[in-house]
Amino acid sequence: MNLDFSPEDVAFRDEVRAFIAENYPAGLREKQEEGEEMAKEDFLAWHRVLANKGWVAPAWPEKFGGPGWTSVQRYIWSEETARADCVPILPFGINMVGPVIYTFATPEQKERFLPKTLSGDIWWCQGYSEPGAGSDLASLKTKAERFTGDDGKEYYLVNGQKTWTTLAQHADWIFCLVRTDPTAKIQEGISFLLIDMKSPGVTVRPIITLGGEHEVNEVWLENVKVPVENRIFEENKGWTCAKFLLAHERSGIAGVARSKRGIERIRAIASTEMSDDGENLLADPVFKRKVAELEIDLTALEYTELRTLAGEAAGKGPGPESSVLKIKGTEIQQRITELVLEAAGHYGAPYFRGFPNDGDNAHPIGPDFAHRSAPHYFNVRKTSIYGGSNEIQRNIIAKMVLGL
Amino acid sequence: MDFNFTEEQSMVRDTVASFLQDKYDFETRRKIVASDSGWRADYWKAFAEELGILGASFSEDLGGLGGGAIDNMIIMEEFGKALVIEPYLGTVVIGGGFMKHSGYAGAASVIEGIIGGSTTIAFAYAEPQSRYTWRDLKTTAKKDSSGYILNGHKAVVVGAPFASHLIVTARTGGAQRDTGGVSVFLVDKSLPGIVTRDYPTVDGGRASEVYFENVSIPADALIGGEGEGLPLVDKVIDEATAAVGAEAVGVLRKLHENTLDYAKQRKQFGTAIANFQVLQHRMVDMFINVEQAVSMTYMANIKIDEDAATRAKAISSMKVQIGRACKFVGQNAIQIHGGMGMTDELAIGHYFKRASIIEGLFGSVDHHLKRYESLSFDAAA
Repeated sequence: MNLDFSPEDVAFRDEVRAFIAENYPAGLREKQEEGEEMAKEDFLAWHRVLANKGWVAPAWPEKFGGPGWTSVQRYIWSEETARADCVPILPFGINMVGPVIYTFATPEQKERFLPKTLSGDIWWCQGYSEPGAGSDLASLKTKAERFTGDDGKEYYLVNGQKTWTTLAQHADWIFCLVRTDPTAKIQEGISFLLIDMKSPGVTVRPIITLGGEHEVNEVWLENVKVPVENRIFEENKGWTCAKFLLAHERSGIAGVARSKRGIERIRAIASTEMSDDGENLLADPVFKRKVAELEIDLTALEYTELRTLAGEAAGKGPGPESSVLKIKGTEIQQRITELVLEAAGHYGAPYFRGFPNDGDNAHPIGPDFAHRSAPHYFNVRKTSIYGGSNEIQRNIIAKMVLGL
Repeated sequence: MDFNFTEEQSMVRDTVASFLQDKYDFETRRKIVASDSGWRADYWKAFAEELGILGASFSEDLGGLGGGAIDNMIIMEEFGKALVIEPYLGTVVIGGGFMKHSGYAGAASVIEGIIGGSTTIAFAYAEPQSRYTWRDLKTTAKKDSSGYILNGHKAVVVGAPFASHLIVTARTGGAQRDTGGVSVFLVDKSLPGIVTRDYPTVDGGRASEVYFENVSIPADALIGGEGEGLPLVDKVIDEATAAVGAEAVGVLRKLHENTLDYAKQRKQFGTAIANFQVLQHRMVDMFINVEQAVSMTYMANIKIDEDAATRAKAISSMKVQIGRACKFVGQNAIQIHGGMGMTDELAIGHYFKRASIIEGLFGSVDHHLKRYESLSFDAAA
């Protein structure tokens, strides 16, 4: 048993660190530090830097444009980007639909979609959830009926509604699960379709969430004409793609490195904010206790993730145990936001909608971190709901690991 | 980076596991606990001679197999699964630890005795007033012409009834709670003036209150520098805590496993109670607690040889996790077993009892949170 990185891994880490220091866009760093919401161009700026370097898709096989990293190198990469507060690479193209395409698509589809996904020329969004189908994904209702167009080509006519579609307002394409055979059993008769967001009949409506953010949307699909050639894998076999994608979605969901940064931030905040006793919060035994408990929980999660990683390096796939990472990881992320809000005291209450993106120059009152503390706390409630709620993760462990 | 065990380590695990499976089933253990002696001296002999495991964690030049903390971790985990009573922790981990780290002149021969099974050791460190502050000592060792005169009362010395020797902490100087002035002695338990009151413990073990009444011990009983024993004690107790963490992992795995088995066969309202989602989620949370405890135990045992502050922080964070897991997994195991969990007949209650004692061994959750905080915050502030 040995937890040290090899000399090659240390050299890799140094290379990564130097690359980030030299190439991470300066404006983005400031925005991150200010806790500003990221605009489309902000996400794309860093995406393009990494695409040029060939590092944008760490998990992809080399022949499709991945860097050919080992699982340890990928871990180092995620640690270092979190350490440097880099804006995350959006998962929809790189971690979700990309792997589905290179695993299940035809050569023509790969050629058509993979390069543009890597370069950032296609912004993807995910059309899985529906108003009646959240964690019970297979109960989705969006219909796709096959017909022959006036041009003699085969199409699907798609009707339905997707929801919780993250950043769909920026998206060029959406990947959807649609029901192509309503008579089949619930998990059969589903197909995996790629739809151009500019198609007539696609409407995006914003959903404003608790924190005041426009992050998710409803996507309405009304008589949308989708060429059959946009279907990935076989008709009615979309569930195979869906399960594959969900397994990819869960990997890396622990967010250990970002939570470490979160705790550093709490420590910095608590070393200046005052407690009831007129000392700083870090001297307050109760607050200190909560931070200590959080750190210890995070250490345990980190080593559980390392064990998973060591298992992967030894050839074991990320199994249902990764649900442990999702449950603990998201709980810890939520507790971090709770403590920041607690640290803000009464300055957690003032609300500055949209600041500082709305052109209003009035600076929020209170300490710099405080005006985002409540919206952030509200926003992060989502982590135990999305990606298969934590209750669903518990069902997965109960069934797949414990045999219940 | 890897979490794999070496071939030798896997062999040690298999050897121990198969011995315990054959000879330390629950009914046998129950008889051991109920017997007059409270342990199986012949098993101890088998550990030494037949299995050779008492030497697993000692270097080869001392007659051992060349392993270390990881070997202790592996053995303790297996012992946890079988609720082994015999004094591996006191003798090999603690006694052996003092011998390895102190530069004690007689270390080689003591270790020879440990590996051969003739020397068994109990660690007399706690006192009625000390709680988890190891330096809080009323026991004194006064120098005289032939060595030292030992006086004092040591509390709940686990394994003392089975021990040939005691390792005793005592003041050779300083006030009751001073950092300096703490010395450590290896004391032959048969010396005149040592009075013990032996008793069973709630988890099936045996312990003693040990009274030293003007016990004359030779000068060469001193382990390490006179008055400089505290860092040594801290180090050995940290190692012992790491080993107990591994024992807890064994206990926790059994608590969880037995609960799953029980829930699958126990029927209520016409169905196995394992089908109830609220119980499924409870058992998943138990599983998560076990997995996090395993991770922390690996982490702590890997970091055991680092500098004192890093080591202490690692051990304390492990013990917090272990302590919580013992409580959560233990209490829920009993709850899910329902009335059967309350009976002496089922093994589950005995695992729960051991888990509950481990919770407070070498420091409670609160004690280790405080120590973690002082290392993690106060140093930086």
